[in-house]
Amino acid sequence: MSVSAPEGRRSGLTRNIAAKIATLPMILTALVVFLGGTIWTVVYSFTSSKLLPKLAFVGFDQYERLWGTERWIVSVKNLMIYGVCMLILSLVIGFILAALMDQKIRFENTFRTIYLYPFALSFIVTGLVWQWILNPEYGVQNVVRSLGWTSFNFDPLYNQDIVIFGILIAAVWQGTGLIMCIMLAGLRGIDEDIWKAARVDGIPMWKTYVFIVIPMMRPVFITALVLIGSAIVKVYDLVVAQTGGGPGIASEVPAKYVYQNMFYAQNLGQGFAASTMMLIPVIILVVPWAYLEFSGRRRHG
Amino acid sequence: MADVLNSTAMIAIEDAPAGRKPRRAVSRRNVVVYGLLLLAAFYYILPLYVMIVTSLKGMPEIRLGNIFSPPVEITFEPWVKAWAQACTGLNCDGLSRGFWNSVLITVPSVLVSIVVASVNGYALANWRFKGSDAFFTILIVGAFIPYQVMLYPMVIILRTIGIYGTLTGLIVVHTVFGMPILTLLFRNYFTSLPEELFKAARVDGAGFWGIYFHIMLPMAIPIMVVAMILQVTGIWNDFLFGVVFTKPDYYPMTVQLNNIVNSVQGVKEYNVNMAATILTGAVPLAVYFLSGRYFVRGIAAGAVKG
Repeated sequence: MSVSAPEGRRSGLTRNIAAKIATLPMILTALVVFLGGTIWTVVYSFTSSKLLPKLAFVGFDQYERLWGTERWIVSVKNLMIYGVCMLILSLVIGFILAALMDQKIRFENTFRTIYLYPFALSFIVTGLVWQWILNPEYGVQNVVRSLGWTSFNFDPLYNQDIVIFGILIAAVWQGTGLIMCIMLAGLRGIDEDIWKAARVDGIPMWKTYVFIVIPMMRPVFITALVLIGSAIVKVYDLVVAQTGGGPGIASEVPAKYVYQNMFYAQNLGQGFAASTMMLIPVIILVVPWAYLEFSGRRRHG
Repeated sequence: MADVLNSTAMIAIEDAPAGRKPRRAVSRRNVVVYGLLLLAAFYYILPLYVMIVTSLKGMPEIRLGNIFSPPVEITFEPWVKAWAQACTGLNCDGLSRGFWNSVLITVPSVLVSIVVASVNGYALANWRFKGSDAFFTILIVGAFIPYQVMLYPMVIILRTIGIYGTLTGLIVVHTVFGMPILTLLFRNYFTSLPEELFKAARVDGAGFWGIYFHIMLPMAIPIMVVAMILQVTGIWNDFLFGVVFTKPDYYPMTVQLNNIVNSVQGVKEYNVNMAATILTGAVPLAVYFLSGRYFVRGIAAGAVKG
C-alpha cells in the first residue's frame, strides 16, 4: 500500500520507478545473494563437486558421506552441547543480571558499561584472551596451584572431554551483556502497577518474577532466543582463535567444517552439504518468527 | 527519564503497608543485590585486566609470576613489538599493516553500506511499491541464514564481476551482509517520522531524491550515528569475510592477530600477544566507550548482528 497515493495508481507506477531503481541493491541482495545463493548451495549439495562446482547429481551421496565422517559428527555434537548450554546460560544470566539492575540500584550505567563492553570486542580477541587465562601453565590452574592446592586441575582447552566448556566460558562472557540489555529494556516496559498489585497481595518477589513478569516478557524472550540461536549456529571465529578446533578435533564446529571443505580441502560438495545442514535449524527457528514479526504489520519501536 | 518516575513510584511502594510485618531487610537485600552485581562485574572485567597487565610485563616475569598480579616492572616493549615487529609468516612488520588494512576496509565499507541502506529504508518507509515488503522480508530472513551457505555463491558472483580478492570486493560483501540490519534500522526510523512532513514535500513538488536529500537525510543524523557504531564495530571485528574474500596482502587486523598469536613456529611471547590483542580490540572499545547510550540504542533498535 502506497503511503502517499493522492494521484491514483497509474501515475504511482511511473513515480515509483525512482524508488525501484534506488532499491535495486536491496532487490539484488535479497533475490540474487540471499535467495539465489541459498538455493544454489542447496542444489549443488546434491552434486559431486570437488575443486569446482559442477552439476553432476549424485543424490544424497554427499550427505551420506557427511554423516559418516567423524569430524562432522563431533562438530554437530559440540554444537548441540554448546548450543543448549549457551542458550540456558545466556537467558538465565542475562535475565538475573537485568533483574538485579532493575532494583533501582546506584551506578547502573557503570555496571551496564562493564557487562556490555565484551560485546564490542571481536570473537578473535575474546578467544585469545580466554586462551591465555585458561592456559594451564600460566593461567588460572597455575595460580590456584601456586596458592597451595597443588593437585588442582583446570585445563579445559587441553582436555578433549571439556574443551567445549572452555569455549563456552568465553562465549558467555562475550554475549550475555547483550541479552542483559534486551531483558532490561523488557523489564522497564512492564507496568509499575503490576509490581504494586503483587506487593499488595503479598506475593514474594521471586514469584512475581516467575509467574507474572516472565510470562509478560514473552516477546522479549523470543527475540533473545532468536538472537542467541542464530549466533550459536554461526559460531566459528571464537573456536578458530581459542582452540583451532583442537585438541585433535575435539572442539570442531560445523561452520569450521564448511570452511575447511570449501576453501582448504577442495571438497566443495561436502562443504555445500554441511552448510545446507546448518541451514535447517535456522529455518525451523527463524522463519515462523520472522513471519510473525515482519510480514505486513509494522514493528513498533 | 523513566528513572525519576520509577523511583517515586518505588518510594510509594516502600511506604505502602505491605501484608507482612515491617521489614528491615532492605540493607540485607542490598548486600545480596550489590554482591551479585559486583561478582558478575569481576568476571566481566577480569579478561581486560589480565590483557593489560600481561602486556606490560616482560617475559621473565610472566614465566615466574601469576597472570593476575600487576607488573613489577612496567615495560612498553611488547606494545612496540606487537605494533611494528610481530611476525606473520615471512612478514615481520607487525600489526600495523593489519591495522591500516582494517582502516582501508572499514571506512569505505561503513560509508557505502550506510548510504545504500538509508536509501533502502527511506524507499521502504515512504515509497513502497508492489513487492517491496516481500524483498524486505527475504532480506530479514536472510540475515539469519548462516553465512556459510552464501559464501561460495558470493565468491562466484565476485569472481564473475572480477573483483574477487580485492578491496572493492570486500566492501561489496560488507555492504551486502550489513544490509538487513541497517535497512531495518532506517526503515523503522523513517516510518516513525510524521507522515505530514513527507506529504507536504510531495505537495510542494519534491521528488524521490529531493525529499531524501533535503528532508530525510538531515533528520536521519541520530540514526546515522547508531548505524555507524554498529558498522564500525561489526566490520572491524569481522574475521570470516576477511579470510575468505581477501588476499593475504589485504588481511584485516583480526586475521593478522590470529595468525600472529596462533602461529606454531617460534617462542610464544605472551606479552606481545596480549599487547596485539588489546591493539586489535582498541578501536571497537573506543567506539563503545565514547558512544555510550548510542551503542545501547543500536542494540535495542534491532540487534540482528552476529
